[in-house]
Amino acid sequence: MNSPNPQRFTVGIDLGTTHCVMSYADLTNLENDEFLQHVMPIPQLSAPGMVDDYLQLPSFIYQAHEAELAEGVAALPWTNKPLHLVGEIARNLGSKTPIRLVSSAKSWLCHSDIDCKAPLLPTGAPEEVERISPFQATVAYLQHLKSAWQHQHPDTPLEQQDVVITVPASFDPAARELTVEAAKNVGLGHAILLEEPQAALYSWIEKNHNNWRKQVHVGDIILVIDIGGGTTDLSLIAVTQKDGNLEFNRVAIGDHILLGGDNMDLALAYTVKAKLETEDKLLQPWQFQALTHSCRDAKEKLLTNMTMDVAPIIIANRGSSLIGGTLRTELTRAEVNNTLVDGFLPQVSASAKPVFRARTGLRTPGLPYAQDAGITRHLAAFLAKQQNATGELEDIKLAKNATFIHPTAVLFNGGVLKADSLANRLMNVLNGWLQDEQAPPARLLSGNDLDLAVARGAAYYGFVRKGKGVRIKGGAAASYYVGIESAMPSVPGIPPEIQALCIAPFGMEEGTQQELSNEEFGLVIGEPVRFRFFASTTRREDRVGTRLNRWNRDELSELAEIEVTLDKEGRRAGEVVPVHLCAAVTEVGTLELQAVSQKDNAHWKIEFDVRSGE
Amino acid sequence: MTYLESLMTTFAVDLSLRPTTFDLWHVCLAGTVVVLMAVLILLLLVMLLSRSRYKKEINTKTIQPIQPIEPVVKIVEKIIEVEKIVQAPIPEPVILKEYTPDAALQMLGLLQKEARFIDFLKEDITAYNDADIGAAARVVHEGCNKAVNEHFSLAPIRNEQEGSNITVPIGFDASAIRLTGNIVGIAPFTGSLIHKGWQVTEVRLPKLTQGHNPNIVAAAEIEL
Repeated sequence: MNSPNPQRFTVGIDLGTTHCVMSYADLTNLENDEFLQHVMPIPQLSAPGMVDDYLQLPSFIYQAHEAELAEGVAALPWTNKPLHLVGEIARNLGSKTPIRLVSSAKSWLCHSDIDCKAPLLPTGAPEEVERISPFQATVAYLQHLKSAWQHQHPDTPLEQQDVVITVPASFDPAARELTVEAAKNVGLGHAILLEEPQAALYSWIEKNHNNWRKQVHVGDIILVIDIGGGTTDLSLIAVTQKDGNLEFNRVAIGDHILLGGDNMDLALAYTVKAKLETEDKLLQPWQFQALTHSCRDAKEKLLTNMTMDVAPIIIANRGSSLIGGTLRTELTRAEVNNTLVDGFLPQVSASAKPVFRARTGLRTPGLPYAQDAGITRHLAAFLAKQQNATGELEDIKLAKNATFIHPTAVLFNGGVLKADSLANRLMNVLNGWLQDEQAPPARLLSGNDLDLAVARGAAYYGFVRKGKGVRIKGGAAASYYVGIESAMPSVPGIPPEIQALCIAPFGMEEGTQQELSNEEFGLVIGEPVRFRFFASTTRREDRVGTRLNRWNRDELSELAEIEVTLDKEGRRAGEVVPVHLCAAVTEVGTLELQAVSQKDNAHWKIEFDVRSGE
Repeated sequence: MTYLESLMTTFAVDLSLRPTTFDLWHVCLAGTVVVLMAVLILLLLVMLLSRSRYKKEINTKTIQPIQPIEPVVKIVEKIIEVEKIVQAPIPEPVILKEYTPDAALQMLGLLQKEARFIDFLKEDITAYNDADIGAAARVVHEGCNKAVNEHFSLAPIRNEQEGSNITVPIGFDASAIRLTGNIVGIAPFTGSLIHKGWQVTEVRLPKLTQGHNPNIVAAAEIEL
C-alpha cells in the first residue's frame, strides 16, 4: 500500500438546483481498470447545534438574524463560524422563515435579465435582510463541499484532485462561465464541466460496465430525461461506430425548462388546499408549508405502493397540544393521477407544443418558470424540433415519414422519476408516439440511482478522461451568433435590421478555436462595445462566418448581450482599432470569445456576464 | 492366676517399708508428678485468664450507656469496624456503567422534533376521541419511524419466521437470546421462536457543537 505517488482521486460534484452530491474514486491504480467509487457523506448542520452526515447537501442558504442563533451552535467540524448557513439547517429554518431563505440560486445563474453577481437573494425579503448574489450562493455551496472533503481527506487536498462539476445541458455560455468562476473562487480553477444528462449516461455505463455493450447498439438514439427538483433537462445521444468501436455523440440538448418535482408537490398542496376550503377550513401560511411537506410524503407513498388508494395527510398544530389542533385530510390516488400524472405528463400527440400564455397567478417574482406544466408537451416539442439532429451521422437512419426524431432507448434521471407511475406514463406516451409512426418502442435503460447518478457519472468522467472506457463526444452545446446591424439607411421608428453572424458552430470540440479573420469590426478604444448574442440548438449546418439574414423565431434564441472593452494601454483613447472575432471552446467546457487586433494581434476578452449596470 | 500369683510373690507390697535410696522407678514417678502439676497449673491459669477477659467485655457493655463519651469506648468501636473490613474481601467489586445523559437527551430532542413525541406523551388524551388521537398518532408514528431509521440501523436477531422451531446451540449468546418456559436439561435447546428480536447494527447520532444545550429538547417558538 506504500505507493510512492500521493493518492489521487477523481471527484464528481453535482451542483444541483435543490441538492448537491459529491462522489469520488481512487485513480492511483489506474492500470487495473478497476473503478471503485463512493458517494461522500457531507457533514452539515441539521438543526442549531447538531451536525449530521447526509449524502445530499440541500442547495439552500439561510441568512439568519444576528439574535436568532445562540453562540457556538453554528459550528461545523472544520470551522467554528461558517460564513453562511448551508444545507439541511437552511432548509429547516427557512421553512419557518421563508423571507431569509436563499433557494434556486442555480436557476438564477441562467437568467438572462439579471446580473448574477448582484446581491438579490432572497428576493422579496425585507430591506434589512442581508442579500447575496446567485454567484455567491454557488461559491458557498462549493466552499462547503470543499471543506467537507478537506475534513475527510486531510492528506489529499481537493485542489490536487481531478474535479468535474456538472451543469445542465441547457446552461448558456454565461452560466457555464459563472460556474467555472465560482469554482475558481474556492481554489478549484482546474475543475472541468460536464453536462448532467451526459453524466447520467456515464453513470449508467459505469454501473453496467460488464454488459452495457449488449444493451446499446450502433444506430441507437438515447433520450436522456432528467427531471430534478427544479428543472427538466433533455438530451439526445446517438450511438455510432468508428473503427469497430462504439461511439457516443451528444447530438441535441433541450431548452432550460424550470419545471420539476417541487412544482409537483406544490400542485398537490394547492389541490388539497382547495379541497379543504370547500369544507370551510381555511389554511394559514404555515399550515400550507406543512401541507406541502405532507403532500410530498403522501405522494411518494401513493406512487410507489399501488395497493394504497388513500394516503392520510395530517397537519399538526404548532403549539405543544398535538391532538387538539391537528387538521386531518387525505390525498387520494385519483387526485394524484389527475394532478401529477395527467397534469404534468398528459397524454398528448407527438405534434403537441407547450402552451404559452400571459403570465398570471402565483409565481416567485423573477425566475422564468415554465408556463406549461405539461412535461410531455415540452418533450414532444423537443423531439420534433430535433428531428434532424442526427442528419450528419451515417450510422443513424431515420424513417422517411417521421415527424420527430425517434429515440430507441430512454435513460431516466432525477428523483421525480423514481415514482413508477410517472416513469411508466412517460414511457407509454413516448412509445405511443413511436407506434403511431410504426417505429419500435424505446427501451428503458435501467440500473441508475436517480438521485446520485449525476455525481457518480461526473466522477466516472474523470476516469474516462484518463483514457479509460468510452467517451461521449459533446462539444459546444449550440451554435452561437453575434448580431450585426446591416448597413442600410435608417428609418425612424423601425429598428435597424440585424444579421446573425455565426462565430462558433454546433459541436465545436473542446480545446479548439476558430477565427473569423475576414469579418472586420472597428472598435473604439476605451469605449465598451456590446453585441447582441444568439444561440441555436437546431442549426447544425452553419459554419463560422455564416451570415443569417432571416431566421425563424424558434431557430435562434437571444441570450444576454456580450461586451468588450478595449483598454487604453499604449493607445490613444478614441482610436479605432480593426479587430476580428475569435471563438474557442476550452478544455474546461466553456466558450471563450475574443476580439483580436488585425494590426498587432492583441487580444481582448469578450465578457458574457455583462448584465450588471443595466 | 499362676502368673498374677507369681507376680504378687515377686513384687509383694509391704506398706511398712520405706525407700532408703532413690532408684530409677521413683525418679520417674516424681518426674511424672511434677509434669502433671505443671499441666494442671497451666490449665488453671488459662481458664482464669479467659474468664477475666470475658468479664471485662461484659463490663464495658454495661458501662457504655453510662459513659458514652469515654474515649476508650470509641477505640473499641473502631476495633469492631476493622474486624468488619477484614471479613469482606470475598465478592468482586461491581462497576455499573453510567452514561452521560447527552445522547439520551439528544434522542428525546430528535423524537420531539420529528414526531412531536413529548407533546404527545404530555398531553392529556382522556378528553379526546379515538379519531383525534389516531390522527395525532400518525404524526408520532411516522416521525418516530423517520427519526429511528435515520439514526439507527436495525436488524432482527433471528431471521426465521416467528412461531417456527429453533435449535439454540451450545454456548449461545444469552444476552441476544432469552430462553423462557420449561428451561431444563443442557444445550442445545429446541423451542419455538416467539419474538425475532431487534439489534442495532449502526448508530448515526448527530454530533453536537460546543454551544448546544442538550437539555433543551424543544425550544420555545415565538412568531414575529
